[in-house]
Amino acid sequence: MQVTMKVNGNDVTREIEGRLLLVHFLRDHLGLTGTHWGCDTSNCGACAVWLDGEPVKSCTVLAAMAGGHEVRTVEALEQRGELDTIQRGFMECHGLQCGFCTPGMLMTTRALLDRCPSPSQEEIREAISGQVCRCTGYATIVRSVQWAAAEEAGTRTTLATGETP
Amino acid sequence: MNTGENPPTQFVDNDLKPVGHGRMLRKEDARFIRGKGRFIDDIQLPGMLHLAILRAPIAHGRIVSVDVTLAEAHPKVKLVGTGAMLAEHGLAWMPTLANDVQPVLATDKIHFQWQEVAFVVADDRYAAQDALELIDVEYEQLPVVVNARTALEASAPVIRDDLAGKTDNRCFDWETGDKQATDAVFARAEVVVGQEMVYPRVHPAPLETCGAVANYDPIDGDLTLWSTTQAPHAHRTLYSMVAGLPEHKIRVISPDIGGGFGNKVPIYPGYLCTIVASMLTGAPVKWTEDRFENLTSTAFARDYVMHGEIAATKAGRILAIRTNVLADHGAFNGVAAPTKYPAGFFGVFTGSYDIQAAHCAMTAVYTNKAPGGVAYSCSFRVAEAVYLIERLVDCLADQLGMDPVELRLLNLLKPDQFPYTSMTGWIYDSGDYESTLREALKIADYAGLRREQAEKRASGELMGIGVSVFTEAVGAGPRKDMDILGLGMADGAQLCLYPTGTAVLRVSCQSQGQGHETTFAQIVAEEIGIPPADIKVVHGDTDLSPFGMGTYGSRSTPVSGAAAVLVARKVRDKAHLFAATMLEVTVADLEWRKGSFHVIGDPAKSLTIQQIAKWAYGTGQLPDGVEGGLEAHIHYHPENLTYPNGAYICVVDVDPGTAVVTVRRFIAVDDCGTRINPMIIEGQVHRGLTDGVGMALMEMITFDEDGNCLAASLMDYLLPTALEVPDWETGFTVTPSPHHPIGAKGIGECATVGSPPAIVNAVVDALKPYGLRHADMPLTPSRLWEAMNGNAQPPM
Ligand code: FES
Ligand code: FES
Repeated sequence: MQVTMKVNGNDVTREIEGRLLLVHFLRDHLGLTGTHWGCDTSNCGACAVWLDGEPVKSCTVLAAMAGGHEVRTVEALEQRGELDTIQRGFMECHGLQCGFCTPGMLMTTRALLDRCPSPSQEEIREAISGQVCRCTGYATIVRSVQWAAAEEAGTRTTLATGETP
Repeated sequence: MNTGENPPTQFVDNDLKPVGHGRMLRKEDARFIRGKGRFIDDIQLPGMLHLAILRAPIAHGRIVSVDVTLAEAHPKVKLVGTGAMLAEHGLAWMPTLANDVQPVLATDKIHFQWQEVAFVVADDRYAAQDALELIDVEYEQLPVVVNARTALEASAPVIRDDLAGKTDNRCFDWETGDKQATDAVFARAEVVVGQEMVYPRVHPAPLETCGAVANYDPIDGDLTLWSTTQAPHAHRTLYSMVAGLPEHKIRVISPDIGGGFGNKVPIYPGYLCTIVASMLTGAPVKWTEDRFENLTSTAFARDYVMHGEIAATKAGRILAIRTNVLADHGAFNGVAAPTKYPAGFFGVFTGSYDIQAAHCAMTAVYTNKAPGGVAYSCSFRVAEAVYLIERLVDCLADQLGMDPVELRLLNLLKPDQFPYTSMTGWIYDSGDYESTLREALKIADYAGLRREQAEKRASGELMGIGVSVFTEAVGAGPRKDMDILGLGMADGAQLCLYPTGTAVLRVSCQSQGQGHETTFAQIVAEEIGIPPADIKVVHGDTDLSPFGMGTYGSRSTPVSGAAAVLVARKVRDKAHLFAATMLEVTVADLEWRKGSFHVIGDPAKSLTIQQIAKWAYGTGQLPDGVEGGLEAHIHYHPENLTYPNGAYICVVDVDPGTAVVTVRRFIAVDDCGTRINPMIIEGQVHRGLTDGVGMALMEMITFDEDGNCLAASLMDYLLPTALEVPDWETGFTVTPSPHHPIGAKGIGECATVGSPPAIVNAVVDALKPYGLRHADMPLTPSRLWEAMNGNAQPPM
């Protein structure tokens, strides 16, 4: 079957099998390998992308179902050579180690900040609770999101770990 | 020794670390935050085929027949491989890292559920999966051994009848310490406390599963293998030995790795199948395992049944420790530990205490479960050892009615006892255990916590405080003692300063998230004084890096890190000779200030390392007997392991109505000697603490009596999310190692090793009103509920 969707602002049309998962469509057919795959049961969130502005697990969406919709992946966070604040937050606060969960975490937390510009620690933890990180222990991810929130609000006073004033 | 404060987020301790180039964010993050990491499954080669593996649904049985006719007829299938086919090439079996053997594809017998039986290579991954369904295998089931406790019974079926003369399921026997001396101390001790405890089978479950891409070039005979390996050089040697390929024609590339934790140390059948498939099809072949395969067939961890006893005086002086251990190794002995250490470094079970005698007797058995054993950041079984001693000390405190902290303070090794040779022969390098513990007590406000607990108890609330004080043993290892399959555990490093003063460091270890591209640049920057930004770290490609044993057992900093220091000093020494020539003075006339040589007494006369580098490649007259250029190479054997230590305090609340445990606070004070990058150290500690919450409260690979794995997905094998873990509180002390050139010790596994007993001790402490002295992990609500009602059961 043929499917057409908007991915990161571009219209794409491909011939696919009806059973193809969106995560494999993005990775294998479009070469957008920033979106990862980490489980068979929709538990890990490594595959999180946006579908019409909402985070979804792309391993639970058929590529065919995304037809006519708009998909955004981690590759589109950086705009015109400018990193998104959330990307900078993860770098500043060591919100990643192996980097495998990172694209999914970035997409979910960017969406969180869009609807809730100054989330509490609990709200951040809740927002990423459908995702697994095996490296960070989550505290630095929480800090990364708080950093980005403060940066966007222009109220950033706390420094990241080890940062010199 | 420096005692650090609990670092608030704006804590700056650049002054306390040697790498005085200020705060250092990670170089590798630039690609990861853009989704531009390059993981195994991201690799796409023209004409690449996809491999999938058929696995046996039974745990023990004979293969009666394998019919691949229909699969071969599938229009998208290029190749179907079976054990019989591999046997024709002499490749049906492969050695494990513990000198055992394991089938690549089963030829006649299945030893554990989901063992590899056949593979399919097809045009795409979906077609390969489809074709697996078309393979028809007939099995004849055999009785199953799942419980290690029954594995040696006369009625137990013999699992390893492939081993000549094997008549039972004994894998090995091992002992350490002095039995006679220990028994004598126990015989006259005032107090003896014993406890059986199980460290359940768990799985490292890195977020990225295992996989490989093989590309064999039939014209040159060159094989390039991208694989999820924590030890690319050792793997290359083993592929050469197993497959008979010349080693110099094999290139193993370990690209970005999505977490390892020991899961990616062994060679898995899938890697070899992928190589064979590429050789037979002449095309590149990719294999990516799914999560189900990862959890059911790759390296598990732990699975020890330990009976421990501790002897002490009535006043709480610990005298001796002895233990009997039953180790479940699964169907094949696949532990990745140095040859002379079949139980890994379990011998450090005497912990951080000054005792008189110790003994351990261990029996390891085969069962119909997946192989593995040393993984999940255990530092070669230090995790099991620390759990044993730290639970036993709490049992003793309970028996004596002493505070567990007071009891520990009474028995800790003192700073002047280092280097300390333990009763089982381990030489602890350095430590100030009491200061580390006192720092944790201070951050936690231990006295305040005990007051709060007393108040809560009075009102029926269940609050628990658990302590663990641990000593790790990391950095394998000394040449005289340690090898894997005959390969000594040394690491190479090469450093080249280019004419314009920037540098490339090539190291043998590689990263699975540790941030080596950053920390190794910092190490070199400190030694030769050029900025870390001017140093590129090359790793994870056997064609581009020197030989070494890889990244596991927290060995990167102790071994490769030391190699990086020493190779940089070699370069600096050479630069020193050049500087003397350039300035027309003697070597003794010059002093080194980070980044430049100065004439003593005339400091204005100086040369930067960059100026010297340019000269090294130029036309000036070289000193006698010295070659031009500015580079060096080293193959480094550590003289000893390093022994980081820590003191952890966990605060839990247990819901008396549901037995749900909440980890409210966790205070971790670690001492890993000299700290290279505090931000990265903190991150590694956080990771290990999260592992601890998982193992203590959630994770277990369990089987039913037919050998069916009941934890084959992340729905059944529960990993901590952000909701199960607290906001970690960390601190540190610094006691440099005398056995490392900059005094650094490994930190990567400390928290995984040290945190489970703190959590279990806290839960048991919370349940004191229920008369509980011990309950086995994982303390899930249902298991804990049973324990609260007097029905504590060991996990199965
Ligand atoms: S791949 Fe795990 S949730 Fe999608
Ligand atoms: S950074 Fe490795 S899984 Fe999150």
